[in-house]
Amino acid sequence: MVIDNLVSAVSLPMGPLELPLCDTDEAGIWQLLESVCDPEIPVLSLREIGVLRAVKAAAGGWQLWITPTYNGCPAMSQMNTDLLSAMQQAGKQAEVFTCLAPAWSSDWITDTAKEKLRVYGIAPPHSNAVPNATSPIRLAGKMTRVQVACPQCESLDTTEISQFGSTACKAMYKCLACAEPFDYFKPY
Amino acid sequence: MNKLADYALHLADNALILGQRNAEWCGHGPILEEDLALANHSLDLIGQARLLYQWVAQLRGDGSTEDSLAYFRDQQAFLNFTLLELPHCTALAPSARAERDYAVTIVRNFFFSSYMLLVWDVLQNHEQPQLSAIAAKSLKEVRYHWQHAADWLIRFGDGTSESHDRAQAALDFLMPYTQEFWCDWPAAKHVLPDTATLNNKWTLMVGDVIKEAQLHLPDASGYVTQGVHGIHSEHMSYLLADMQSLARQHPGAQW
Repeated sequence: MVIDNLVSAVSLPMGPLELPLCDTDEAGIWQLLESVCDPEIPVLSLREIGVLRAVKAAAGGWQLWITPTYNGCPAMSQMNTDLLSAMQQAGKQAEVFTCLAPAWSSDWITDTAKEKLRVYGIAPPHSNAVPNATSPIRLAGKMTRVQVACPQCESLDTTEISQFGSTACKAMYKCLACAEPFDYFKPY
Repeated sequence: MNKLADYALHLADNALILGQRNAEWCGHGPILEEDLALANHSLDLIGQARLLYQWVAQLRGDGSTEDSLAYFRDQQAFLNFTLLELPHCTALAPSARAERDYAVTIVRNFFFSSYMLLVWDVLQNHEQPQLSAIAAKSLKEVRYHWQHAADWLIRFGDGTSESHDRAQAALDFLMPYTQEFWCDWPAAKHVLPDTATLNNKWTLMVGDVIKEAQLHLPDASGYVTQGVHGIHSEHMSYLLADMQSLARQHPGAQW
């Protein structure tokens, strides 16, 4: 993946984005792209996970603005391809632009999407209250770390197996009540 | 080349070289979870390196690409800290365990991630928007790297006598290399004018964890390494050979 525009000339929104339901051309593109899901988490659309940030009409077709999750996330180029192929299948010209700022946050995952994650078996991320503080994590002490509820049985009696899991955005946990291992989507 | 591009190249080289070094644990981790952790850690660093190399290529405007910068430069052109290219063993480790010592991996990650927490925190407010955007994202990642390294260091230091001694040996071995963090070379001075304050913050932050780990932070003294000037250790060329040989044997190859 080559980042086209590290910093965009357009200003992109922050926070979760709801699906526009009105009858404009732009809303139509959002609705069309709702079928394009995260390749690793196929229950979430790229809008719901906060990667697809803007859809703009331009002279040569539509501009789709996305932002990477983790810097090294290998799914980004797949997302790019999937967006273009959805547009192509609908007979629409489009170009994907990647932009780094404002930096993606797991707080941009919508509440509905968080519930979908849980049902899918991934514990959704806690709010990232201090997104850019220098050292909030460990200095809070290991004992006061957030409690992660098991997505299967909802017990809070869970333990972290590893901070790093099957993809860059997840940690590995185990439920001590129902003994099921599960992924936790890490706050970013 | 201008100082900003030099500094961006230094940040990129740091990320790539440590990413490559830590990726050596892939398939060889002491336990499965750590194997995954180090591979994830490398993925973050290599992702940061790619963004930085792409930006350096733009700044240079001489036809460089991220690939030419990573695979087709020789060691004198790399500006990473020497600390990051060292193999995963202490100089004095008995030969039986000299191949890879996880204490060295963890102590290096701890020293470097503590440093990068402070550096990215400063750079996220830099006036250059590319640099501040990369810094804001990288800061989120280095917090996890730091937490991982600090947790393990405490576990080692406050663990068995064997794990304690090996963690202390790694601290003693690597501490002198951290002096390079604070040297005032022109490109760093341009971007990070106040290394003395960073040094004080770093010492406090590192000292807190080392105290909790019941370890001792040695004085940093002796020879100051000069990786930022392209003068590297004997280990660098082997690392580059490993990393670059495929791209050089098959120029232009694509996945």
